[in-house]
Amino acid sequence: MAQAVVRRVASAGGEVMLVARDPEKLRHVGDDARVRGAKIADLLQADLDLVGGHAALLDRAFAALGTVDVVLIAQGVLAAPEDCERDPALAERVLVTNMVGAALLAQAAALRLAAQGSGTLVGISSVAGDRVRGSNYQYGAAKAGFSAFLEGLRCRMSGRGIRVVTVKPGFVDSPMTAHLAKGPLWASPDAVAGVILRAAERGRDVVYAPGYWRLIMLAVRALPRWLLIKLRL
Amino acid sequence: MPLHWRTDAPFAGAGPFLPHGLGRSYGDECLNDGGVLIRTRSLDRFIALDEDRALLTCEAGVTLSEILKLVEPLGFGLPVVPGTKLVTVGGAIANDVHGKNHHRAGTFGAHVEELELLRSTGERIVCSRASHAPLFAATVGGLGLTGVIVSATIRLRRQPSPRVDAETLAIRDLREFFDLSLESDARFEYTVAWIDCLARGRHLGRGILHRGNPAQEIPPPPRSSRRLAVPFELPVSPLNGFTVRAFNAAYYLRHRLSGGTRRVPRDPFFFPLDGVDRWNRIYGRAGFFQFQCQLPPGAAEPGLREILSTVAAAGEGSFLAVLKNFGEATSPGLLSFPREGSTVALDFPNRGSRTLRLFERLHAAVREHGGRIYPAKDALMPADQFQTQHRRELPAFRAQLDPAFSSSLWRRVNPGE
Repeated sequence: MAQAVVRRVASAGGEVMLVARDPEKLRHVGDDARVRGAKIADLLQADLDLVGGHAALLDRAFAALGTVDVVLIAQGVLAAPEDCERDPALAERVLVTNMVGAALLAQAAALRLAAQGSGTLVGISSVAGDRVRGSNYQYGAAKAGFSAFLEGLRCRMSGRGIRVVTVKPGFVDSPMTAHLAKGPLWASPDAVAGVILRAAERGRDVVYAPGYWRLIMLAVRALPRWLLIKLRL
Repeated sequence: MPLHWRTDAPFAGAGPFLPHGLGRSYGDECLNDGGVLIRTRSLDRFIALDEDRALLTCEAGVTLSEILKLVEPLGFGLPVVPGTKLVTVGGAIANDVHGKNHHRAGTFGAHVEELELLRSTGERIVCSRASHAPLFAATVGGLGLTGVIVSATIRLRRQPSPRVDAETLAIRDLREFFDLSLESDARFEYTVAWIDCLARGRHLGRGILHRGNPAQEIPPPPRSSRRLAVPFELPVSPLNGFTVRAFNAAYYLRHRLSGGTRRVPRDPFFFPLDGVDRWNRIYGRAGFFQFQCQLPPGAAEPGLREILSTVAAAGEGSFLAVLKNFGEATSPGLLSFPREGSTVALDFPNRGSRTLRLFERLHAAVREHGGRIYPAKDALMPADQFQTQHRRELPAFRAQLDPAFSSSLWRRVNPGE
């Protein structure tokens, strides 16, 4: 999803700094963005689970870019619940990457933007966090936590010249979901990227991507608990 | 099995493996029944663009459409494009595709400087005409059987505008096609003819010749175009003797009456079918077969005469019959389809055994005139015909095959392997 956002920014001739854990993949996405017209301020390899590194990383980003318009937090790990139950270390990674790392990076980035007096923080959460189910409870709980954190951060930052935007994608055909069967509700990363960039510019602070997920989740949230259990969703 | 990063190793399980881009080949060349398809469409990143040397390096799942969108505003184009821009770079190389300028530019593979091949051993080999030349020659036009092409460097063409100064001429018969083609190939970058397959007797080969040259202009800003789509497979194909006859007659008449040169956009000239999403559904659930062959220069006229008479007599009229003369350029791939001579492509709605019998006659005509069938379009050629038409190249090709790779086509034309 982040890659699709970078492509759209690149085609418009924007300037970006990219951060990723895998240096090879970072280089591949960076080269692609450059050829498509982006100015690359910096490419930085970092493990965002190591929250102690966030401050230095943001220092470097704000130094490289000058004024920052948008900070996009798009890290995510998905794992099946049974795998997480077998391997607590994997469960920890799902919770840390999706929730703790993402939330603390959001907090630090929001404070920098507030100091700058402008800009938008966009966090990619998930519809999975709107109603946590048995089939993805570690991931869902982490995303629920991240959504809630952003909700509070938004209140806290009000009046400081910045926006905090939560994007909740539905099913997206990305490497994270490569192993899953696709149906009619699946969206392309590029379509979701369009929603992310529009939301970063103006409009609601909590957006679903694509928008029809707002209605679907309204219904899913309204399901009584006994039915959710019975359906084994 | 999707391949998302070019550094990934996708070879899990027993295989056999076959790379699969957008699946636009008409036959079973892009299928691997019982095996594993390695889907390359997510390898869609550009790697480098050197404007001074006109070289573009990109991953193999990038489509020609995406390349054109990137490079046209910079004053570049692709030196060769096939009849659709919705194919991947990997697929264009693996089929060594050709276009309306074959007589000038040769095949797509002729403009590939180098490519990176991922073998089932996990080995990555950068091959070109200078390095690993036998593997390069086997991979260009190699039907995906030598490994997964993960990236390639393509030589772009400088062109001020993507538009074409196009002209259409009515051609009365096959003789006139050869005369006009000869004359046009000398003066025009692009030539292709459309033939009415239902015209018989002295009208045999009646049709339209399209020819054109790149427009020399500062191009207007591109307009986004809306695409039509065929929403579902039609239960009964609307293509029958009557409708096809009426369409062909109207098409001929229209161009007969309107002559002259017009400046036309890139898409309707090069990619007419891309304007309708999933146009293949018009053939209904049974689908269609395509036939495309090449005939050597000496045999081209009698061979085409026989093929067109066979088609006209069978009354299995074709919506699209395309005729073109190939140039002398030697194709870079061992199994590359284009060779000097003429090529004809025809679509036939699948009507079961009637269609199969027609193909038997067409295959026999090709064989008799020393011609060859295009594997990328084929689903029906007999195994011995494939073995015969490639007898000179197959030993060298086999030496470069990746042993863990295969396709439905490869098994069909190599029974017992």
